[in-house]
Amino acid sequence: MMEVEGSSTSMNRAPDQSSFLRSRRSKALYQFKQQKLPACKPVLTPTSVITVFLLMGFVFIPIGFLTLRASRDAIEIMDRYDVECIPEEYKSNKLSYITDASIPKNCTRYLKVQKYMKAPIYIYYQLDNYYQNHRRYVKSRSDQQLLHGLEYRHTSACEPEESSNGLPIVPCGLIAWSMFNDTFTFARESTKLKVSRKNIAWKSDREHKFGKNVYPYNFQNGTLIGGAKLDSKIPLSDQEDFIVWMRAAALLSFRKLYGRIEEDLEPRNVVVVNVMNNYNTYSFSGQKKLILSTSSWLGGRNDFLGITYLVVGSSSIIISIIFMLLHLKNPRPYGDNSWNKKSLSG
Amino acid sequence: MAGGGRRRRRLHLSKIYSYTCGKSSFKEDHSNIGGPGFSRVVYCNEPDSPAAERRNYTGNYVRSTKYTVASFFPKSLFEQFRRVANFYFLVTGILSLTDLSPYGAVSALLPLALVITATMVKEGIEDWRRKQQDIEVNNRKVKVHDGNGIFRQEQWRDLRVGDIVRVEKDEFFPADLLLLSSSYEDSICYVETMNLDGETNLKVKQGLEATSSLLHEDSDFKDFRGVVRCEDPNVNLYMFVGSLELEEERFPLSIQQILLRDSKLRNTEYVYGAVVFTGNDTKVIQNSTDPPSKRSRIERKMDKIIYLMFGLVFLMSFVGSIIFGVETREDKLKNGKTERWYLKPDDAVIFFDPEKAPMAAIFHFLTAVMLYSYFIPISLYVSIEIVKVLQSIFINRDVHMYYEETDKPAQARTSNLNEELGMVDTILSDKTGTLTCNSMEFIKCSIAGTAYGRGITEVERAMAVRSGGSPLVNEDLDVVVDKFAPKVKGFNFEDERVMNGNWVKQPQAAVLQKFFRLLAVCHTAIPETDEETGNVSYEAESPDEAAFVVAAREFGFEFFNRTQNGISFRELDLVTGEKVERLLNVLEFNSSRKRMSVIVRDDEGKLLLLSKGADNVMFERLAKHGRQFESKTQEHVNQYADAGLRTLILAYREVDENEYIEFNKNFNEAKSSVSEDREALIDDLTDKMERDLILLGATAVEDKLQNGVPECIDKLAQAGIKIWVLTGDKMETAINIGYASSLLRQEMKQIIINLETPHIKSLEKAGIKDEIELASRESVVKQIEEGKALLAASGSEAFALIIDGKSLTYALEDDIKKTFLDLATGCASVICCRSSPKQKALVTRLVKSGTGKTTLAIGDGANDVGMLQEADIGVGISGVEGMQAVMSSDIAIAQFRYLERLLLVHGHWCYSRISSMICYFFYKNITFGVTVFLYEAYTSFSAQPAYNDWFLSLFNVFFSSLPVIALGVFDQDVSARFCYKFPLLYQEGVQNILFSWKRIIGWMFNGLISALVIFFVCKESLKHQLFDPNGKTAGREILGGLMYTCVVWVVNLQMALSISYFTWVQHIVIWGSIAFWYIFLMIYGAMAPSFSTDAYMVFLEALAPAPSYWLTTLFVMVFALIPYFVYKSVQMRFFPKYHQMIQWIRYEGHSNDPEFVEMVRQRSIRPTTVGYTARRAASVRRSGRFHDQIHKDLVAF
Repeated sequence: MMEVEGSSTSMNRAPDQSSFLRSRRSKALYQFKQQKLPACKPVLTPTSVITVFLLMGFVFIPIGFLTLRASRDAIEIMDRYDVECIPEEYKSNKLSYITDASIPKNCTRYLKVQKYMKAPIYIYYQLDNYYQNHRRYVKSRSDQQLLHGLEYRHTSACEPEESSNGLPIVPCGLIAWSMFNDTFTFARESTKLKVSRKNIAWKSDREHKFGKNVYPYNFQNGTLIGGAKLDSKIPLSDQEDFIVWMRAAALLSFRKLYGRIEEDLEPRNVVVVNVMNNYNTYSFSGQKKLILSTSSWLGGRNDFLGITYLVVGSSSIIISIIFMLLHLKNPRPYGDNSWNKKSLSG
Repeated sequence: MAGGGRRRRRLHLSKIYSYTCGKSSFKEDHSNIGGPGFSRVVYCNEPDSPAAERRNYTGNYVRSTKYTVASFFPKSLFEQFRRVANFYFLVTGILSLTDLSPYGAVSALLPLALVITATMVKEGIEDWRRKQQDIEVNNRKVKVHDGNGIFRQEQWRDLRVGDIVRVEKDEFFPADLLLLSSSYEDSICYVETMNLDGETNLKVKQGLEATSSLLHEDSDFKDFRGVVRCEDPNVNLYMFVGSLELEEERFPLSIQQILLRDSKLRNTEYVYGAVVFTGNDTKVIQNSTDPPSKRSRIERKMDKIIYLMFGLVFLMSFVGSIIFGVETREDKLKNGKTERWYLKPDDAVIFFDPEKAPMAAIFHFLTAVMLYSYFIPISLYVSIEIVKVLQSIFINRDVHMYYEETDKPAQARTSNLNEELGMVDTILSDKTGTLTCNSMEFIKCSIAGTAYGRGITEVERAMAVRSGGSPLVNEDLDVVVDKFAPKVKGFNFEDERVMNGNWVKQPQAAVLQKFFRLLAVCHTAIPETDEETGNVSYEAESPDEAAFVVAAREFGFEFFNRTQNGISFRELDLVTGEKVERLLNVLEFNSSRKRMSVIVRDDEGKLLLLSKGADNVMFERLAKHGRQFESKTQEHVNQYADAGLRTLILAYREVDENEYIEFNKNFNEAKSSVSEDREALIDDLTDKMERDLILLGATAVEDKLQNGVPECIDKLAQAGIKIWVLTGDKMETAINIGYASSLLRQEMKQIIINLETPHIKSLEKAGIKDEIELASRESVVKQIEEGKALLAASGSEAFALIIDGKSLTYALEDDIKKTFLDLATGCASVICCRSSPKQKALVTRLVKSGTGKTTLAIGDGANDVGMLQEADIGVGISGVEGMQAVMSSDIAIAQFRYLERLLLVHGHWCYSRISSMICYFFYKNITFGVTVFLYEAYTSFSAQPAYNDWFLSLFNVFFSSLPVIALGVFDQDVSARFCYKFPLLYQEGVQNILFSWKRIIGWMFNGLISALVIFFVCKESLKHQLFDPNGKTAGREILGGLMYTCVVWVVNLQMALSISYFTWVQHIVIWGSIAFWYIFLMIYGAMAPSFSTDAYMVFLEALAPAPSYWLTTLFVMVFALIPYFVYKSVQMRFFPKYHQMIQWIRYEGHSNDPEFVEMVRQRSIRPTTVGYTARRAASVRRSGRFHDQIHKDLVAF
């Protein structure tokens, strides 16, 4: 029995379309209006599915290897110093140690270089369990004031660090107030290492977000001193450690760039770090770490991406094999439509 | 007649009718007049009198708009915020002005304002269209008496109660009028009430003798005064109680004197009438119900999803607030020290104050509710509205639903219901003008035992085409169809044996002559001669009557004049020439008699009784010697009925002179009697007269179905849609159409429920209302129970339920309707005849609420308005007269057959599009929202968003909206061709497979997976890392930018993966959205830092140069889609849905393999119980008897 194509009445008896066609500008427009545009109608056939997974595997595994190698190329030395830098007698009462300004805070750390590290070697400090992304904290700044200084007055976002002793604070807000104030000096054996603290902030920040004529004013003058003090003779745009601090971190554990060692480090070198352990992370059981790291084309050391690429790449090859086996084991015969009984005739 | 071109016809037509309706009934109680409910007083012709003005009745202005200028703003705004989601966004918008807000107020209010404005503009345009319609109706002109005997044109809106109007032929009545006089001497007039009750035959109304004798011309009204006292406005179309006081005398008034608004004057030059009810008081407006605002099932379910999302949002906010509260409390000052000192909790505003942690938590709850608003797609409603409008444009533009003859395309009037079109379970159809064209065609006849006429009916054609097996039939058909296209309206007869005067050569020529004469004489039609051409046209009460007269004319017996006591016709080709037969009596048609007769004296002086009627009443009235052709005729009649034709038996007898004198005397007495048994008397007399008839033959008239109706019904039945017919017509007519459209077939068991039992009839005669009701109810219940028992007893047999209006009244009563519905849903087809507009609406409501399934009502007349409004979807047939149905419909099409494309193609598409679209909408918002939530969890629930304000507010607007709109407008799971080929695909919508909770939750789950992948991969890959080779680390803005990029990629790729129809539109919107994200990032990043804040230069400086950004993006977009891809592949391969199966068939190229397709299709056709496919199957079961018969017929010709 021959089934007529599109055996519908309305199809066959469609009115003479000439009057419609006459007005059409082009075939494409007609196709568009009649929803008959030429189209690609992809169907997920077993072949295409298997191909896609295989392809994915073959692309991901090499990428994974490359990424992993890049990560391994970066050499990293990490040292947690917040606990070690507390003298024995204060171990039980860290808080009083850190809050007592009269106790000297200097402390020396020795970092052993395992592998050859090529300059520049980036120096980071890392804070853990520190909510720089807390809403109250993130909001507590005035971008306008950072750019325009005292002339900008609407700094209510900075509360409660908006003003002190009746005078406005520049830079205002909790972020600025709580700036990290540990300092580090580096030496190899006894020679001081060349450390650069320039160019550690994003260029756009230096040039467009922090004013060249904005100088700290009335900063850290209150009864409660937060973190670092700023040199009121240097404009904000030149205080790069401040600019780095002001770019809030995404997560509660973060690193910030402190500077660069401009000399190569040989294996078995010992880097002597003189730390001024000023910053209070003890009250909220945070941690402080110092990191020296080189960088690869990809960035620093982080195996995560490489490993996941490899895992996903190899699992897609496995999936494609499983799918292939399933497909071969349960062939769908020509014209099988047992599905239509179970699915619709309810 | 004043200035008229035509002579006024002074015909006392009332004399030749045996009116049962002509006299006002005295049964009705007029004693109530003046009492409560009957307080209306109308001062005819003195609308300005103080007495009339004191009454202050409403004007004739009719308003159908939803809003007025003043009420538009507040009312539509109110409507908007009644949507919970919109209200929620309003609340969050207001809250965003406070310090609670986690983001800027503008980014919360702007999208809301856009959404609300867009919707209001749409509302406004729609109402403006209604307003235009109102203006047209209210400004129509009518002639109104100005008090000095002169009638002037005035607008309908200015009519007042008491005005005298003059309505001309073929005009609509502007208000409910009291008929005073007409162009006919005895002040009768013909009225077409199609817009009220859908009945196509004309009704006769007659004014009171008291008024008609006074008032003939315009000038007679100068001093006319009268007072009408009557009932208050009410909904009853068939009752009117009132009285007319005329010069100290009181005359009772009944519905017989009332001309209702929206009905039309026909066959009458003009009438004069006094306005009784105006504007909203008129019966037709009282009958109309407010247009309900309809929402589709999917949207209602969508609301539920939104509630679910609200639940989730509140739950998350609640949990978040508790954690936030606990962590905030731990910041409390201890020994003068605080834990997280850098947050300065000792000097905090209330929102972060550890001393008042519970308060802070409560405030945080509000903030969190605002932050998580991204779970609820604000643009969902407006996107759906945009999509639906665009879908409607496609529906309107479809050439396959464009009817060239009337230049009418399909018209989706409200776009709300597009997807509902794909879910229709039951279609409730009007008959006249919907299934049929409302034109009757004389197509066959059987005279003296010989069948004449080789026209092919729609049904026969459809069956022959489908039976397919015999090519001979097909060929024959093509020839027949082309050759015998109807030339004359009402006449589609072709047979050289009788045409062109050839009948004289037939062996039974004498019988043929009698037969044709009977056709020319036995009717109540009125001829109209065109004075220029001499052509005669006829105006008849019903189109089938017209068809007979036309047929007679075509056979050479041209009826051309009717006088008060005669009928003139020409017999062409015969020496006899013009003939005049004296018309003595007309024994009218009524539904219980099922026959009509005339008594004439022919030119030879012989008295003849000519009779035509239904076969069951006629055959039993034949004389012994008149049964010569009975068996043959009976056989033919059965064939005709099976072919869906309307048959009548024609017979005659000669009447003895004495017998006639006796009859005439009694008949006249009976006619003029006013006693209650008047009707019975008349029935008795006529019954005695119409006996001992001599059979001449039978006629077959086709109640012309619209083109393609049987095919359409068949396809719809195959798609599993049930079809009910609700009609105002007579039962026989309805049953005939049932046959014609294949809703009924011979071997179907018919369950007929009516109240024509002798017991009830006798009660009716006795006129005891209570008892009638009681007995009727009992009888209906009994019949329904019997039907159910029958249904239960039978196995696979198909049943048809036919119920009439009176029984329906009882069947729809609260305690019975459940049983009635059970019976009706058990039957393959249901036909309700003689149903009033209200009943149609009630039946629709019953089906809708009783079965809980989607109903679609289709109709063309004002009588269908209630039904159209009550149904989930109302489809109006446009093109025929009267726009009421179209105006109150949701979608208007020009022909019934377009319903097939509308439902199977557009309905299915819209359904699958909208359901995919909504699922996808929630998917993308969950993906986005969960990343926001997860990030917030890492900020100790301080409600800090992961993204920049503008990223947040533009997500739904720019980066994900166009692809989803394109999906909603363009996607096609299966092409139109395959929708037709596999009608069962439609069941996906009826069973709501594509919008089941399983699918919805599945998509939400998919969103959750995507979000988890995006967040954790981004977080881990950026962890601590030197973000780029220059040693910079990743801040908030970089994590935000990376995550957002991943979200944009993932949701758009997910879209690309899930659509099945990829045109250049999809390519543009999907890749365009992704590209636009980067472009936006650059543009926004280039703006001053005071505006772009932390997004300043973020892309060019930080993201783009970093390889890890690109590697992470690539990894996330692939990884996040793997779960969906695996699921989809497995499902497609091993558990395909119906549409996916069709995709397989197409993909594998079997669509061109006829055997294969037929096999799949056959399996997909469930045992349909109506439609010609089922009919064919049934006739095959009857050992091919029926099929062979058609075949034989066709070969014989």
